[in-house]
Amino acid sequence: MSQPVVRCSNLALRYGRRQALDGVGFELGAGELLGLIGPDGVGKSSLLGLIAGARRLQRGQLQVFGGDMARGEHRRAICQRIAYLPQGLGRHLHASLTVEENLRSFAALFGLARQERNRRCTALLASTGLAPFRHRRAGQLSGGMKQKLGLCCALVHDPDLLLLDEPTTGVDPLARQQFWQLIAGIRHAQPALAVLVATATMEEAADFDRLLALDGGRVLADASPAELLARTASASLEQAFIALLPLERRQRHRPVLIPPARQGAAEVVIAARGLSRRFGEFMAVDGVDLRIERGEIFGFVGSNGCGKTTTMKMLTGLLPASGGQAWLLGRPVRADDLDTRRRVGYVSQTFSLYGELSVRQNLMLHARLFGLPATGRQARVRDLLERFDLLAVADTRPTALPQGHRQRLALAVALIQQPEVLILDEPTSGVDPVAREAFWQELIQLSRQEKVTIFISTHFVNEAARCDRLSLMHAGRVLVSATPAELARQRGGGSLEQAFLAILRDASDATAGEPAATPSASIPMAVGWRGQASGFSLQRLASIAGRETLELRRDPLRAVLALAGSLLLMVVMGLGISFDVEQLSFAVLDHDGTSLSRDYADTLAGSRYFSATPPLRDHRDLDRRLESGRLSLALEFPPRFGRAILRSSPASIGVWIDGAMPQRAETARGYLQGMHGLWLRELGEREGARARPSGEPVKVETRFRYNPELRSLTAMVPTMIPLLLLLLPAMLTALSVVREKELGSVVNLYVTPLTRLEFLLGKQLPYAVLGLVNFLLLALVATTVLGVPLRGSLAAATLAAGLYVGAATGFGLLVSSFMPSQISAIFGTAVLTILPALSFSGVFDPVSSLTGLSAWISRVYPTTHFLTITQGTFLKGLGFDGLAGAFLPLLLAIPVLLGLSVLCLRPQEA
Amino acid sequence: MGQLRLRWDHVRDLGVKEFWSLARDPFLLGLILFAFTVSVFAGTKVSPETLQHTPIAIVDEDRSQLSTRLRDAFLPPYFQAPRLVDAKEMDRRLDAGLDSFALRIPPHFQRDLLAGRQPSLQLQVDATRMGQAFSGSGYVQRIVQGEVRDFQVERPGAWRAPGAVVAAPTEAVELVIRARFNPELSRVWFGSIMQVINQVTLLSLLLTGAALLRERERGTLEHLLVMPVTPLEIMLAKVWSMGLVVLLAASASLLLVVQGLLQVPIAGSLPLFLAGTSLHLFATTSMGIFLATVARSMPRFGLTLLMVVLPLQMLSGSITPRESMPVWVQLAMLVAPNTHYVILGQGILYRSAGLAAVWPQFIWLALIGSGFFGLSLARFRRTLGALS
Repeated sequence: MSQPVVRCSNLALRYGRRQALDGVGFELGAGELLGLIGPDGVGKSSLLGLIAGARRLQRGQLQVFGGDMARGEHRRAICQRIAYLPQGLGRHLHASLTVEENLRSFAALFGLARQERNRRCTALLASTGLAPFRHRRAGQLSGGMKQKLGLCCALVHDPDLLLLDEPTTGVDPLARQQFWQLIAGIRHAQPALAVLVATATMEEAADFDRLLALDGGRVLADASPAELLARTASASLEQAFIALLPLERRQRHRPVLIPPARQGAAEVVIAARGLSRRFGEFMAVDGVDLRIERGEIFGFVGSNGCGKTTTMKMLTGLLPASGGQAWLLGRPVRADDLDTRRRVGYVSQTFSLYGELSVRQNLMLHARLFGLPATGRQARVRDLLERFDLLAVADTRPTALPQGHRQRLALAVALIQQPEVLILDEPTSGVDPVAREAFWQELIQLSRQEKVTIFISTHFVNEAARCDRLSLMHAGRVLVSATPAELARQRGGGSLEQAFLAILRDASDATAGEPAATPSASIPMAVGWRGQASGFSLQRLASIAGRETLELRRDPLRAVLALAGSLLLMVVMGLGISFDVEQLSFAVLDHDGTSLSRDYADTLAGSRYFSATPPLRDHRDLDRRLESGRLSLALEFPPRFGRAILRSSPASIGVWIDGAMPQRAETARGYLQGMHGLWLRELGEREGARARPSGEPVKVETRFRYNPELRSLTAMVPTMIPLLLLLLPAMLTALSVVREKELGSVVNLYVTPLTRLEFLLGKQLPYAVLGLVNFLLLALVATTVLGVPLRGSLAAATLAAGLYVGAATGFGLLVSSFMPSQISAIFGTAVLTILPALSFSGVFDPVSSLTGLSAWISRVYPTTHFLTITQGTFLKGLGFDGLAGAFLPLLLAIPVLLGLSVLCLRPQEA
Repeated sequence: MGQLRLRWDHVRDLGVKEFWSLARDPFLLGLILFAFTVSVFAGTKVSPETLQHTPIAIVDEDRSQLSTRLRDAFLPPYFQAPRLVDAKEMDRRLDAGLDSFALRIPPHFQRDLLAGRQPSLQLQVDATRMGQAFSGSGYVQRIVQGEVRDFQVERPGAWRAPGAVVAAPTEAVELVIRARFNPELSRVWFGSIMQVINQVTLLSLLLTGAALLRERERGTLEHLLVMPVTPLEIMLAKVWSMGLVVLLAASASLLLVVQGLLQVPIAGSLPLFLAGTSLHLFATTSMGIFLATVARSMPRFGLTLLMVVLPLQMLSGSITPRESMPVWVQLAMLVAPNTHYVILGQGILYRSAGLAAVWPQFIWLALIGSGFFGLSLARFRRTLGALS
């Protein structure tokens, strides 16, 4: 153990103009537990991301396990030994997968053999107490359980370095205690394990071996907790940390003092009686009673998922209650009660302001929406920016800010209209101690001076202790409501934390809902195994594909929509697009009025191609009706038309065709010329030599090949199949990749041995299979229901379809590899597929008639070649030998698209 | 009592916010630009059923003066210079979809004609492309007959069918055909404007629906719903802001790309067309919101969008004429705003029709828009607001 696990010096990282890290250096030895503490935005998360290999190294030296993290090979070689639990509860987990499925999929990424995998999964679930919930979906777990699952997933490959980014933020006291017991157990079983934790909770930092205090991107102190306390002569770490801050920042900090609430005639501001909410079978909130008086700070404590958020949402009117009733400011809560809304401020648990607007713009927008007078708006916004220390970042977008700043912004926004009631759902989660203190100063000021009623949920025991009264909630029920002092005295022997733990433990035992058993420390350690880290692994590929398939099965509507939708579209468009131009409307302007001109018009009207409309009165009438689009063509017979014909002197018919739609005009012209010839011939037969029939010197025998009965449907269906099999699989694949980017689980690609190729192929495979099934379904319906013949080789068509959906999904991958959001992925896929497929693939015009760039696109676009194959196999009776030339481009398209996607996909965060 | 009164300043402020969102999404802006430039430009190449550089092959087994003459009769822009092939090659090329037509001139064709035996020619048509098969085969026939007749005129000794007066076309009863509104029957005229129309529909559906779903997924929608803002205001803000974006982009595209770059003359009143476009945008943005309330998540929205956009584009009359669709399709497509927008667009832009001619379309669009808007409003809170 001579060399440190992590050694870095002069680390620097900047996001745009903001310097996140500025010359950080430290060492972490094997077996050590090092805590990163510091206010929000000092770069704790960035530092962890760098060490995990999730972020690209910009400047400075970073060695992990003795190798340079700037080198890709080294990152890949050691990622087996690192476990990374990113910030945000379970963001890297897959919400629609169960606990066990999540764990197994992570295990597979690290190349564990099946038997080993089973053994470890079972043991990890048992020791974390998650075993009874192995079939519950990750998205439905409470915050504490999510973190436990995250820890299981991190430990499944037996790492030597554990990176935890605020692992207990948003976790209730009991779950937090259990989490740290777990970590202690693991360190006991594996003494060499190095652990690096970023935390905002100073209570837990006190138990770490060593602390690294960061501020402004630099290291303020690197010492043990005891040393820190001694150096700053503080009683608590919280004070020590504040003492370490630069003078200017320190001055802003004042200790929180709570003046006692004034007693008086109590007015009830928030009330609930028997408030309940059911989601399907699940009783989220079960008969909650509340009575909160004006000016009171009322705390709401309980584990994640116990119903706090649901209760608060019902109070705001966001969620209708399924039972009981609630009153706000003396009125029953109603969704459409705008006046009450104006008097209430709400901060939701997740950050929900506009990431596209700057901090100032967010505040201004809300000021406007709450109807602040134009004169006071600027001042109010400036005041709030100052109060919440946001002036420096006023023109930054919140998405670029750390969690703590965003929470402060959310609070500032909630206060903008000076509400009478504040409903705050875990507003201080992930906020550093200094900012939290400042926030509480604000709350106390609001409550005591301005008589604002505050209903706040929190996980911090020291915050709970500051409330006037609090309720402890568990599994949808309020267990106890009392003042903090009473609670601490009655149940905790003077300690509020102990009181919470005791009450929660009792409740858990009673309901057997949450895992209450103290997790055993017997984390099984593997004996000297290491999966392969480098090269291409089929196992990892299969794991990604399996996971994607599971997610697809959990949201079957997507697959059903794709399959049923494609069938519907094929039928509707096959039947709807008809090239039989019939019943073209025409009208006659007859200056002749003889039997011959009438006969001409009757001949037209008698055919199925034309239908007569009332005769035209004059040229103005003709113009008007052509302009209205109600006429396709107009005929004008000149005076003495009939006589001219009978006398064999030159005669002409004037024709105006509506050229607005050129193809229809061309067809109309063709039909008219045909009918004209027919009329002349018949006239010749009737009138003998007096008229001039035009005999035809040669016979042209026309054979309509492949579709002799000229059925539109027969021609359209083999054309629709390539279109549908391009658009839908491409869209599905593109969204599945971009969604991981948006939800954050793409971090697993950065920090596990998973390669980009494995990831993309794994994502592609399920959708390619779905596409192939889709093809078979389309072919079945086409041949049975729609009566389209399949004259050639089904095997050839199926093989080609397989290749084609490979290319189509590859196209989706390519779009997703550089598109950042789901919207742009949808848009990009739609724009980049519909047009080339319709225009340059031979759907309407044969590709051989294209020139220039479009000809070039048509040659490389896969739809062109698959269209040749579907038309060849369905209509032309061809098989492999007749279509060999079309297979090769399809075959080539897959590796080309996949290769491009791999190149475009980032291997690390920028 | 809470009043659901409409605050126009909210509608304005929320709409302005949408502009900021869009302005800070370079990918989305790039795609909008792409849709209204490259797509429109490329879309002018699509116009089914017209003959343009159509590939034709000739199997010449006669090798006579007449057959050579026939070979030279197929000219651009309707046809490509015919490719001379043998019978086997002809089959292969038709199978591969390389040629749309193949004309087979049998041995002794000229001799038989001169001997008055009315010889036959064989015309093979690839009927997998119906549009071309229809109009093209008639065209090929007329070219052949005309060429043969000219040949006969030039060889006075040739035998003629009894009673047939061999005459140049001008001497017969003449059809003087003029195409109104697009005298050259240029497909660029048609295709470019129809592309703009299609992009307007696609973009407005997508931008509105996706913007709403994004707000839902990020939780900002929920945040709006606890403020004194009504769903009606939120929806109106989306409708006007996204509608305006598309309206501006479409106007720029019409002026710069269609009129400027492609030199397409616009016959009618542009302001009237833009007024119609605004009504259409009201309908499609409302439809976008409606789709978002139905789909509820981005991946489903993507699929639903494709399901809706494809038939809208292909069955609205912008690719093939409405009259030739089955009646039930025609009726069903009356509910689609696109149908009316295409009619209105063709009327105003090609035929310079005035409000007197296209007012029914305006009414239709207003009705459809109100219908979708009302439906979405009814579904809004239930499906989007109150979900965790």
